[in-house]
Amino acid sequence: MASVTLDNVRKVYAGSIEAVKGVTLAIPDGSFTVLLGPSGCGKSTLLRMIAGLETITDGSIAIGGKRVNDVEPAERDIAMVFQNYALYPHMSVYDNMAYGLRNRGVPKDRIEARVAEAAKLLGIEGFLKRKPRELSGGQRQRVAMGRAIVREPQAFLFDEPLSNLDAKLRVQVRIEIRGLHNRLKATSIFVTHDQVEAMTLADTVVVMNQGRIEQAGAPTEVYRRPATQFVATFIGSPAMNLMPGRVVAAGVAQTSGGRIAFDPVLFDVADGQPVEVGIRPEDLQFVEPGEGTLSFAGAFVEELGATRLVHGTSGSAQLVVAVAAAVQHSPSAGLAAEPGAVHLFDPDGGRSLRRDIRSTSS
Amino acid sequence: MVERRRFGNLFAYAVLSLGVFIVAFPVYLCFIGSTHEQSVIANGQMPITPGDLLYQTYYKTLFIGTSGTTREPVSGMLLNSFVMASVIAVGKIAISIISSYAVVYFKFPFRMAAFWLIFMTLMLPVEVRIYPTYKIAADLRLLDSYAGLTIPLIASATATLFFRQFFMTIPDELIEASKLDGAGPIRFFKDTVLPLSKTNIAALFVILFIYGWNQYLWPLLITTRDDMQTIVIGIKKMIVTADALTEWNVVMATAMLAMLPPVAVVILMQRWFVKGLVETEK
Repeated sequence: MASVTLDNVRKVYAGSIEAVKGVTLAIPDGSFTVLLGPSGCGKSTLLRMIAGLETITDGSIAIGGKRVNDVEPAERDIAMVFQNYALYPHMSVYDNMAYGLRNRGVPKDRIEARVAEAAKLLGIEGFLKRKPRELSGGQRQRVAMGRAIVREPQAFLFDEPLSNLDAKLRVQVRIEIRGLHNRLKATSIFVTHDQVEAMTLADTVVVMNQGRIEQAGAPTEVYRRPATQFVATFIGSPAMNLMPGRVVAAGVAQTSGGRIAFDPVLFDVADGQPVEVGIRPEDLQFVEPGEGTLSFAGAFVEELGATRLVHGTSGSAQLVVAVAAAVQHSPSAGLAAEPGAVHLFDPDGGRSLRRDIRSTSS
Repeated sequence: MVERRRFGNLFAYAVLSLGVFIVAFPVYLCFIGSTHEQSVIANGQMPITPGDLLYQTYYKTLFIGTSGTTREPVSGMLLNSFVMASVIAVGKIAISIISSYAVVYFKFPFRMAAFWLIFMTLMLPVEVRIYPTYKIAADLRLLDSYAGLTIPLIASATATLFFRQFFMTIPDELIEASKLDGAGPIRFFKDTVLPLSKTNIAALFVILFIYGWNQYLWPLLITTRDDMQTIVIGIKKMIVTADALTEWNVVMATAMLAMLPPVAVVILMQRWFVKGLVETEK
């Protein structure tokens, strides 16, 4: 097992399309890091550069303290699980798992032992003689992981491995992957566009957008203290509500739907400064309309069973409110939120106006 | 079709039977001809029931040959044809699978130029380039040899194109997985590309074997010695302009024998052939 260090890594494709624009990231030994972002944000490119499947335009990548920029993929001692599994269709499950070891000249009895061990770990002992096409999606997924595990690599790379599974299986395999990581304690880098996967799997979530890291941190950290407006809206479902407004007094912001209090200690703002006010749907509560609340005109309701999403408008802003299914509300009620749950972003560039984030990152 | 209509089925069977009859009847006549005396056919009284000379005619055809014209026994011609068709088929597949592999999986300068150059030779079959090809074969002393019969026909744009299209359907992840598994280009070719191409190779072999077997113009030019001629040329040489001198029973028997190997190849490889053209194992 080893740490993975990226230092100002860039990728420019022919035609000067810059897919990755200078990423610096330290992935500690044994951690589970998730690269999260919308499609085209450069997360897969970054992973493929770590694997050695893409050349590195600029910067350097080190695995276990050793610079690997010019090292062949096979010699980087990493294993990768692909989105479509990429199992060899003409080989049995056993051969699929043993192939990489054979190519490395591992003795036959060691191969047998390792494959048996991995198969047991993944519960695929019964399928070793079958061909991949005779397996279900979930079983193929396991074989792909088995192929990675038998290699006993420095790091595991996962390229959206769950996106070809149906929703139920995805949850199950997600839990299995995390369980496996807890047992093997292997450095893992996992690419996904699914924020739920990221939140549940990761020790560290790295949110990427347009080839840059927006924020890296523990899942709760990224959720509670988003560094940018992009992170705030990308993490959490339904997405955080945003309302353009202005600071009118210490701890009070004026939006088109009314005034809302925020925690003045947390934010570095001046009176009269334009801000984007962000409040998560689950942090909003219905209250009697009055001073210090937001007006709200409900338009329609999505029933999700345990919770209920109320869509509507507050002034000129579109809002979503998530409430427990039992909560009743009138069509035009007021909305309030704890001052501590209110986020402020700079309308110009979308950076968070939090004192602690601003001081550390700029 | 799901619905079963009795009349519809009958009609389909009738059309199919007619088709089979049209194709099979000349073959049948040919077989009948090979079991009668030469004079029976020469008289113009073509019987439609088998005669009693089956064994004699085929023995004579295979091991003795005609009394006049090309006096070679047909067994030698069969061997020549078989060697030619097999070498052409195997050679074409071997060369084109390697060149497609190069064109699809390697980045080198003028890669596409190389591909288009190969592609353009589609427009240059043997018939078009026959004089220069003959000249080269003659200068290299390839006349009347298996090498001369086969090598000039081996380069194949069609097969290269066929394999290129197939290779492009192999997912990139498979190459990447191989790279991570420590397989270099040769290992990837041997362990992954070849096994995946198995059915395609079989399908192509059938087509190319028949192509080689049916070659007429090139063997006609390149072989002058009777013991090097192929069976297709042999049939041609057996037929004399003076109709009455032609030993039609031997000609018919030769035609029947000429049909057998391609038919055998098709029947034996039919399953693979269909699989290779319609299925993919990915």
